[in-house]
Amino acid sequence: MDPIIESKNISKRYNINHQRGGYISLREVLTNAFKNPFRFLKKKVARAFSTKEEFWALRDINFKVRKGEAVGIIGPNGAGKSTLLKVLSQITPPTIGEIKIHGRIASLLEVGTGFHPELTGRENIFLNGAILGMPKIEIVRKFDDIVSFSGVEKFLDTPLKHYSSGMQVRLAFAVAAHMEPDILLIDEVLAVGDAEFQKKCLAKMHEIIKKEGRTILFVSHNLQAINQLCPRSILLKNGEIVKDGPTQEVLSEYANMSNSNSDKYGDLTSSRIRPRIGEMDTDFSWTKIKVLNSKGEESTNILFHDPFEIIFSGEAMKDCPHTVIALGLRVKSKPENDYIFMKTQVTDGFSDYIKKGINEFRVKFDINILAPKIYEVAICADGHKVFDWIPIATELNILNLGIQPDISWRMNHQSGDLDYPCTWSINQSLNKI
Amino acid sequence: MVIIIRPKKRVTWNDIKEIWQYRELLYFFTWRDIKVKYKQTAIGITWAVFQPFMSMVVFSILFGHFGKIPSDGVPYPIFVFIGLLLWQFFTSSLTNASSSLVSNQSIVTKVYFPRLVLPIASTLTNFVDFIISSFILICLMIYYQFLPNLIGLFILPLLLIITFMIAVGSGMILASINVKYRDVRYALPYFMQMLLFVTPVIYPPSIAGKYSWILAMNPMTGVIKAARSAILGTTPTNWLLLAISAIVGVLLILIGVIFFKKTERFFADVI
Repeated sequence: MDPIIESKNISKRYNINHQRGGYISLREVLTNAFKNPFRFLKKKVARAFSTKEEFWALRDINFKVRKGEAVGIIGPNGAGKSTLLKVLSQITPPTIGEIKIHGRIASLLEVGTGFHPELTGRENIFLNGAILGMPKIEIVRKFDDIVSFSGVEKFLDTPLKHYSSGMQVRLAFAVAAHMEPDILLIDEVLAVGDAEFQKKCLAKMHEIIKKEGRTILFVSHNLQAINQLCPRSILLKNGEIVKDGPTQEVLSEYANMSNSNSDKYGDLTSSRIRPRIGEMDTDFSWTKIKVLNSKGEESTNILFHDPFEIIFSGEAMKDCPHTVIALGLRVKSKPENDYIFMKTQVTDGFSDYIKKGINEFRVKFDINILAPKIYEVAICADGHKVFDWIPIATELNILNLGIQPDISWRMNHQSGDLDYPCTWSINQSLNKI
Repeated sequence: MVIIIRPKKRVTWNDIKEIWQYRELLYFFTWRDIKVKYKQTAIGITWAVFQPFMSMVVFSILFGHFGKIPSDGVPYPIFVFIGLLLWQFFTSSLTNASSSLVSNQSIVTKVYFPRLVLPIASTLTNFVDFIISSFILICLMIYYQFLPNLIGLFILPLLLIITFMIAVGSGMILASINVKYRDVRYALPYFMQMLLFVTPVIYPPSIAGKYSWILAMNPMTGVIKAARSAILGTTPTNWLLLAISAIVGVLLILIGVIFFKKTERFFADVI
């Protein structure tokens, strides 16, 4: 059978010049220059002398997708996943190469594209549907389904601006889920909404793939979702395909891929780490964090039940006695203080004394009973003239690769953040009929 | 249906057919802009009447009463209002079209559709304002007991189409420039203000004497002049001038479409 999507040698080049964007306000420039004059100057000079103005977001991307396939696209930040979807959905042209697509294509790069706050929910369903490429007759036909899926019946004739953000997302996903293209491109849509709604979205997507036999390309950081929805995956790194094959193999390759070169986490001195709650005249501040997997490699992707270690360090200007160091773990997108646990070093019986210079802390999790989810790691230092609390120092992605997609779907419906080790037994009466 | 995505694309007849395929989206964008335009304003759609009406009053007092500018023997308010009606349609169409891409940035970067739909839709929106403010003209004629040349009214749709072509054509060019250089946003209102004075809106073109050929280079001159001749019936219609306007309109729309199409594919990267 002919492939429904065929990508030949697709490459995409960006000029960094464009990417910088001309919309930096004068105030921003001034505050940056004032706050850190040295770094500001260094940046300016580096920019002036740098000759590197090109950036290849994609390089020689070759793949074929057959009709009815669901393909996951994964990779670290900046690997080119979203660029690939943008090229496929004709939003931006490739620099080199050719793609052949047989059929109607619809892309869902964002939920609620084109929603207008002044229009009512009803009007927005039609507008959003039209923007996503649904014919009006189709929207009319599916209108009731869309409304009941979104659960906002009562507010249909209220302007969208009075909706809560959750309601807006629900309405947006409801419209998107009722599209009927031959090929559907989805980018990180599940990253929004509360856990309950995310589950509903996943279930709906599962239904779309399984029942309707539609071709889907799905970009996500939620590897668990990819594992459940897509039998095949493509791993991208630095704009190139690293691996293309059965999802389980690709995911284990990804889990073992060292992510030391991704600078999203790790360096805590960067001003990009936000939110950060700290006092101005603190004597101690966090500098670094990393997660090691059971093989001792640096990676934030940890296999289910696999031991891991979190190493974090901070620098003290002088000796800081009686400082409490804490490490907390929270399921991603849960409320701020909803930690699964928050552990301090005091309970572990070593000195609460921080010495001048670099202090490194290691927390080893020999038994890993975390459920396969994405977690956020918080670290905190609290003492006399010391306060530095980083709610999201790094992310931790617990991956369950050992289960088949179909079964995992039911398994994942079990609630809870921990896979607490317990054994079941059953007593049944031996009545014979 | 086969879609082929390549680095470079030529402008073909298919691009025009594609707009027809997306006519529903064109309709929805127009509908949205009309709906949203006067939302959360106290007097709502009255603004469409109020703006040209106030300009008419001010111009009538300044130029008609004090300036004693000739108006072809017609009450000056009627004379100036015909000009203003078309002028307002032209300026707001051009302004809306040129900002249409930037103001729909979030859609342009997330969904594919023929981008030409955006400037066209934002121009179509202004027809509503045009129709509403036309009622003032009728009221003015009743007030001054002026009987218009009814047969001449049939030429109005043609004039509107020519104005539409001029506005959309130049709007497309400005919109694609605006994607990269937001200077358009600041330059355009200033430019439009200047242009008002070299267009015979507040005065008859005869006032320029032997230099009236300068005015003829402005495509809106032919349109406004023809509108006055047709409705007021005081001067014969200058068909040559109108033909020039029409040709300029067609040329502008052709250049506009080609320029827009050439730059279109990079909008999402640059915007």
